[in-house]
Amino acid sequence: MTDTAAFPVEAAEPPKAMTEKNLTEALLYLDGVTVTFDGFRALNALSFTVDAGEMRAIIGPNGAGKTTMMDVITGKTRPDKGDVFFNGGTTDLTKLDETEIATLGIGRKFQKPTVFESHTVIDNLRLALKGQRGALANIFKRETAQERVKIDEIFETIRLGEHAHRLAGALSHGQKQWLEIGMLLAQDPKLLLVDEPVAGMTDAETAQTAELLREINANGHSVVVVEHDMTFVRDLGVRVLCLHEGSVLAEGTLDQVSANERVIEVYLGR
Amino acid sequence: MSQTDTRKPALLGTGGLVFLAIVIGLAVLVPALNLLLPAGSALHVPTYLVSLLGKYLCYALLALSVDLIWGYVGILSLGQGAFFALGGYAMGMYLMRQIGTRGVYGDPVLPDFMVFLNWKELPWFWYGFDWFPFAAAMVLLAPGLLALVFGWFAFRSRVTGVYLSIITQAMTFALLLAFFRNDMGFGGNNGLTDFKDILGFNIQADGTRAALFALTALALAGGYVLCRYLVRSHFGKVLIAIRDAETRVRFTGYRVENYKLAAFVVSACLAGIAGALYVPQVGIINPSEFSPANSIEIIVWVAVGGRGTLAGAALGAVLVNYAKTYFTSGMLAPYWLFMLGGLFVAVTLFLPKGILGTFLEWRARRSAGSPEPDAPPAPGITAKPAE
Repeated sequence: MTDTAAFPVEAAEPPKAMTEKNLTEALLYLDGVTVTFDGFRALNALSFTVDAGEMRAIIGPNGAGKTTMMDVITGKTRPDKGDVFFNGGTTDLTKLDETEIATLGIGRKFQKPTVFESHTVIDNLRLALKGQRGALANIFKRETAQERVKIDEIFETIRLGEHAHRLAGALSHGQKQWLEIGMLLAQDPKLLLVDEPVAGMTDAETAQTAELLREINANGHSVVVVEHDMTFVRDLGVRVLCLHEGSVLAEGTLDQVSANERVIEVYLGR
Repeated sequence: MSQTDTRKPALLGTGGLVFLAIVIGLAVLVPALNLLLPAGSALHVPTYLVSLLGKYLCYALLALSVDLIWGYVGILSLGQGAFFALGGYAMGMYLMRQIGTRGVYGDPVLPDFMVFLNWKELPWFWYGFDWFPFAAAMVLLAPGLLALVFGWFAFRSRVTGVYLSIITQAMTFALLLAFFRNDMGFGGNNGLTDFKDILGFNIQADGTRAALFALTALALAGGYVLCRYLVRSHFGKVLIAIRDAETRVRFTGYRVENYKLAAFVVSACLAGIAGALYVPQVGIINPSEFSPANSIEIIVWVAVGGRGTLAGAALGAVLVNYAKTYFTSGMLAPYWLFMLGGLFVAVTLFLPKGILGTFLEWRARRSAGSPEPDAPPAPGITAKPAE
């Protein structure tokens, strides 16, 4: 037992049952989502909601189901059981594929930075920019002035302007992470799912990334960040959800969650 | 501050212009040297050489079609020869119908092999092939439709990588077996041959040969410009993105299967055109064109020339086929297949970007620091997608 537990910190809320109200008010709504791989329960009746305009951090030990959760939301994995709804319960995500979900307005950043390495930085943004996605129409596509303005805006945000015409493959690790976040911005999603954005970054880069994500959130995008780096999560200053063995272990502010005995036991260590 | 460049990227670039100049130069020069100079002149190009070069250029167009999907989308098709052969058969059927009563059996409607098989009527799928525009449409439609149906199933089911290669190989092998059968109605083992004329011109005449050569060169030039336009368009950028990180493209909201399908169909049509130009110049089309080994050979041409460079694929096709002509006509003939295999291994190990890919990389390194790269780097044969 640690000293922290002795402090009169408000206990983290236990996972609560979903209600009709949660469904219609939430941007993203997961209820009782279960995913099994060869008998292993990657997600076990996982339930939580993300409100419009909210930023949420998700922590948890390896194998807690963080990436599987993202796979379910983005249509890469179909849940065995449970509901996944978007836009106040109007859209059932379990019925859609990756492309349809991306078009709805859910953007995803992978754990390993995944940019189009043999394209220039600016072409990466052009490809991600919200707009025409049809194959035949894009044979004759010309960049509009509006799109050019939007791309310049994104360069302001991700601070990669001087690298616009370099190949994305030539960027440093941290720059690739930012480029990928910039590509998400270009998609202009309602919800950004960001998987370990600061893995492998220097302290300065980590702080800048926290600032960048706060800025993105302030501009009206909902953000879900999966991260191990507790300093970074603290920098974000948002509600935290701790996953363990495929379900929610604790939810609340970082202080509340890190005071939770079970969280300390399975994740933070003593 | 604006990062967006106002410069429009040139469609062709210096390299592309050089390539086009060479091909169009050949289209003019070779027929001229053949037709205008007397046979005794040192610069005279004999007719057999015109047809041989024409054959090389057909292969170059075929290689270009493979490079469009392998070099830019990462689809390693080991069945491209099937599309080439289908285009060839469409042209061959037209040429058979042009023989008329000049066949061995003198039947005004039925080609010789049908008379020989004791058939009484022309099968329905031969109707219309006596009319050139119909045959020309089939040159595009037959391979295009096969690619559309095959690709629709394969890409929708997300068959990728080596599995896709294997089923394309199976496709061409199945067609090989089918076309070998006499009762398929395409001449069986012997295929279609003994052509007499094309559009009323004697197919053996020097003038016809020269014209066919010039047409082939123009088709290659046109195919090059088309591919180049496609790969530099927004569409083409999506293709390259699919090659490098397919999952990312899906999560960005593009319907990957539609892009792959569009590229695959264009590529099949180009291969069909190459086949249709090939048949009148070599004088025969038979099922061996469907053989899996042929399709694999095309991959070697592209790898040698430089995957993902377009012009390199054409160059590789010409070089490897020149080597094939040279080595299979001498005492080294029995060893040609060993040489070809050795060449592929050597290129993979020592020149993974191929001849042109290596050259472009060397040139890019020399002028390092140029703000806008002329072209994205060639992927090379060993390049794997990120996921």
